Amino acid sequence: MNHPEEASNIELNVNDKLHPINVAPFTRLLDVLRDKLRLTGTKEGCGEGECGACAVIIDGKVINSCLIPIATVKNSKITTIEGLSGKAAELVKESFALCNGAQCGICTPGMVISATDLLNKNPNPELDVIKESLSGNLCRCTGYIRIIHAVDDAARKLKES
Amino acid sequence: MRANGKIQLYVAKDLNDALTKVSDPGCNWQPLAGGTDIMVHAGSSLQMGAKFIAIGHLPELRSIELQNETLSIGSCATYTDIRSDNLVKKYFPMLDQAAAATGALAIQNQGTIGGNIANASPAADTPPALLAYGAEIQLISTRGTRTMPYCDFHTGYKTTAKKPDEIIRRVILRKTNESNFLTFYRKVGTRSSLAISKVVFAASAGMTANGFISHIRLAYGSMGPTPLRALRTESLLKGTEASNIPADEAIRTLAKDLCPIDDIRSTKTYRQAVAGNLLKQFIEQLRGITV
Amino acid sequence: MKTGLVGSPMPRVEAAEKISGVAQYIDDMAFPGMLHGLTIRSQVPCGKINGIRFDQSFDWSGFTIVTAADIPGKNLVALIAEDQPYLAHSRIEHPEEPVLLIAHEDRSQLFQARSKITIEVDTEVPCLSLSEASHRATTQKSFVHKEFLVEKGNVETVWTDAEKIVEAVYETGLQEHLYIEPNGVIASVSPDKSEVTVIGSMQCPYYVHKAIKQLFNMRDDQVRIIQTATGGGFGGKEEYPSIIAGHAALLAWKSGRYVKLIYDRDEDMAATTKRHPSKTRIRSAIDKDGRLMALDIDFTLDGGAYSTLSPVVLSRGTLHAAGPYDCPNTRIRSRALKTNTPPNGAFRGFGAPQSIFAIEQHMNALARASGLSDVEIRRRNFLKDTSITATGQIINDHVDLCQLTERALNLSDFFAKRETFSRLNPGQTVKRGMGLATFMHGAGFTGSGERTMASIAGVSGSPEGKIKVLASSTEIGQGAKTIFTQIACDALSLPAEMIEIADADTGIVPNSGPTVASRTTMVVGKLVEDACKGMLSKLLSAGLLKREYQPKDFAQAVRLHLAKYGELKILSEYRQPPHITWDDKTYRGDAYGTFAWGVYVAEVEVDTTTFQTRVNDFVAVQEVGKVVNPILAAGQIEGGVSQGIGFALYEKVVCREGRMLNNRMTNYIIPTATDFGPIRVEFFESPYPFGPQGAKGIGELPLDGTAPAITAAIEDAIQKPVCHIPFLPEDLMETMK
Repeated sequence: MNHPEEASNIELNVNDKLHPINVAPFTRLLDVLRDKLRLTGTKEGCGEGECGACAVIIDGKVINSCLIPIATVKNSKITTIEGLSGKAAELVKESFALCNGAQCGICTPGMVISATDLLNKNPNPELDVIKESLSGNLCRCTGYIRIIHAVDDAARKLKES
Repeated sequence: MRANGKIQLYVAKDLNDALTKVSDPGCNWQPLAGGTDIMVHAGSSLQMGAKFIAIGHLPELRSIELQNETLSIGSCATYTDIRSDNLVKKYFPMLDQAAAATGALAIQNQGTIGGNIANASPAADTPPALLAYGAEIQLISTRGTRTMPYCDFHTGYKTTAKKPDEIIRRVILRKTNESNFLTFYRKVGTRSSLAISKVVFAASAGMTANGFISHIRLAYGSMGPTPLRALRTESLLKGTEASNIPADEAIRTLAKDLCPIDDIRSTKTYRQAVAGNLLKQFIEQLRGITV
Repeated sequence: MKTGLVGSPMPRVEAAEKISGVAQYIDDMAFPGMLHGLTIRSQVPCGKINGIRFDQSFDWSGFTIVTAADIPGKNLVALIAEDQPYLAHSRIEHPEEPVLLIAHEDRSQLFQARSKITIEVDTEVPCLSLSEASHRATTQKSFVHKEFLVEKGNVETVWTDAEKIVEAVYETGLQEHLYIEPNGVIASVSPDKSEVTVIGSMQCPYYVHKAIKQLFNMRDDQVRIIQTATGGGFGGKEEYPSIIAGHAALLAWKSGRYVKLIYDRDEDMAATTKRHPSKTRIRSAIDKDGRLMALDIDFTLDGGAYSTLSPVVLSRGTLHAAGPYDCPNTRIRSRALKTNTPPNGAFRGFGAPQSIFAIEQHMNALARASGLSDVEIRRRNFLKDTSITATGQIINDHVDLCQLTERALNLSDFFAKRETFSRLNPGQTVKRGMGLATFMHGAGFTGSGERTMASIAGVSGSPEGKIKVLASSTEIGQGAKTIFTQIACDALSLPAEMIEIADADTGIVPNSGPTVASRTTMVVGKLVEDACKGMLSKLLSAGLLKREYQPKDFAQAVRLHLAKYGELKILSEYRQPPHITWDDKTYRGDAYGTFAWGVYVAEVEVDTTTFQTRVNDFVAVQEVGKVVNPILAAGQIEGGVSQGIGFALYEKVVCREGRMLNNRMTNYIIPTATDFGPIRVEFFESPYPFGPQGAKGIGELPLDGTAPAITAAIEDAIQKPVCHIPFLPEDLMETMK
């Protein structure tokens, strides 16, 4: 018999779909997404919330999924890179491609999540605000220059559309 | 690190449920609010058999409200909640600065002020601001609530006055009516974002109409086993004329108030020097106030 | 041949799948019945292994365990000296040294099991510093991994006549690669144990191939290595993957199952290779005009416990130690020493960032001694065409460093800012400074390296009429697939949609050499270009194609050729350009086929309240032969500059007893998006005839010039010399006392 503390039967809302999950309640959301749901676009870079490669959107906020025990999000709406949609998301992805915002690509899903969230909330951000919104996502390849440029480019296009 | 499935997690149904669980003697349920610190250690063997009770979602613990002359910040208010609150920006700007200096946006969305306080790291960014504002902290248990000055809350390295059956309920800040009230906050970290502090300095001072310091609080993080106030230095400066503050003596006295260490991030000589330099900057500001 | 795509900012062909999160990195993959592996490592730096104890009260069923005794072939990692075991069996030579391997279906079980294993070691006093290693090296040859002597003229003849003699010591520290994707592989072994396959994150599939062959005593065709999408390498996945691949393969061999071995971040940081720390002593003489008369350089690297790539890192560091300067009397004595620390290895720049930091800082010291500015003393000493380097190479690149310097100084507003800063600084708590660094970087492998490697790359035709590029070069973020596409398109006058790049799979592609040494575009790209020309030639002479053709004609020609002859594959093998002559024994001659040249300028602010330095503006000017793709090239420079900023100001590896203490991203500091200002990049082109459309290598350049430009700017701001990096606020405070 499973005690209620020991296992979680959850219907997890990810990318607008409900997924039945049965794992220990302290299991990291990152592991549920990658191992159980096979949504591997969300990456593990450090396991301690320091690199942002695992960033997802939970109830409209960017959160590091390596720091979330699954039981605390059983009623939340979770969006991963695979489910990111909307005008801002489209433009961010296009700009990343045009501006060479992705080199090795491992930090890219997290960057796209942070950038999309920013533009959804603040469609006309100053460069300093763009940098701040990306400051929790570490990149070792690009020096951030073209990532910032890509977000700025997407913001301009969002304004024009 | 992967989380170990042997750790138990219970999601509290409401505040009473949480209080009942933590009051269960010998059961050792630890409150988990945001989890940004607890989850980092989740996979380690130190956590084997640990039991957590999630309280971060409880709405009564998240509210930020002005009640007459005091602002109450629920213990599970996130840094983002704090940064987006206009009352905080208006009346307690150092809290806004401290929240903005914490981690980066994703951490701010998840981490809570109560979790930060309970975790009791001496390097925490927000506690010095709370000390500089003379905040109070309210604890709640099945036995009732009690309120104490926040400056008495940290009793030693990673130890606090909180009893095992208590949960931090809220932080209470008193508005000031003084017209000459100056604050200063600065965090010196390893880099500009996603940084653990090497030195945190938060200060407040009020001045009389004829330019004397009526009260002053000098709070530091990463300068001792707990967030602390430089009490001897405060005594020295209280009552002095702002245009004539004994800065050199203040720096010398500060060395007696602070006990930084060498650690993985920095050295005690660096910390002491920077702590003194930041105090000097605050003193310059005080000197510059024309009455 | 049309020119068009080469030189154009073509968007990356690799981009879409990375941006959408669809690209499959090794940890994204899983196989049926797969086990997870874990390496059990020594917790002490040095000693004799007495035994391995397993706690018998723990349930070991379900675990696969591998020790040195299980190794079918040689327990040695194939590299240069072959002194490093896959699994330590009699001695421990460094903390984190692998001793045994375990695997289990449930990854969390592995960490529990680890705590139930004890490696019993009779500990010995470890050698943990360069000075201790130097001391031990006087009696024990084994403490010297490698040494070199490069001489030109005779330094001893000038000291008495010198106008000024300056001597100083410069040091650089360990640097961790911190690729955001840690090391990881998945291995499998065929049921009859006749084939081993390893897939994973790596830069050099053929290095891994060679190592696995030796580990299992197998033939070429029995081992297959495939690179998966790789989340950053920077040299950290050049030679190291041979080890993790061997470990996973051993577990697969013993268990008969797929085995995934991925390092957690803390393990990757503590156990894998890092940039060699260096100590350089320079004694130099200048005449009354500030011209160099002698450079006497003593260059030492800490190689860690085993040789790994230290000989080649030392080589490159040695050959770059005299900088881009013309000096009639030069002596470079260099050594790579052993310490009981995790072996160090390849890291972008590969020895040059270390020795270039020293010579650049030294030029600034010479400037101060002579009364000339840092700009002027360099101008008076730059190498130019017909100058002779320390190895006797005659410079022939048609590059004018003065011109590059002029451009960098203009772009950065160098003189005006310096004048303003020097006027304002005395009264300010935030002081600002400008600094420059001038440097050159040899492209491709040193000396006879390329000739020895004899790399092969090629193209083949597919039944759809498309062209497939066959090269073992790996895409690791630099855009290799895009570069090859552009080169092939131009060589064949075809659109990008007709070009495919084969996976870096040793079962499919030839050995084009490793993806290192800034050689992928210049050396392998050239082979691809040549192979394309060969294919064109073949189709023309077979009468299947006319001289003027449309892409669809080409596709048709390919299909016809396949139909008629069964295969269409052209391979091109590296041939050393005739102008390169090099003697490995005397270490004299043409060290590199060509050099890329750079002038970098940094503007910093130093806050004397907190002693923190911030790079507010950075200008990177370099000559690179031909810019194949301006957006990719700029991205390489910008990314390299940001790593250089980390190398100079933030990235300190803190060790205790030889082991990295700050092996977490929280405590090993790399810059974030808010930590520095703009990086402005500009290219000059002086085509190298032996690179594709003239291209030279660029990947490592930015690691050479960034740190010294920054430390020069700090010196300008605080008016004190800076002799070591990383130069943290704590160091700046001490310097200013």
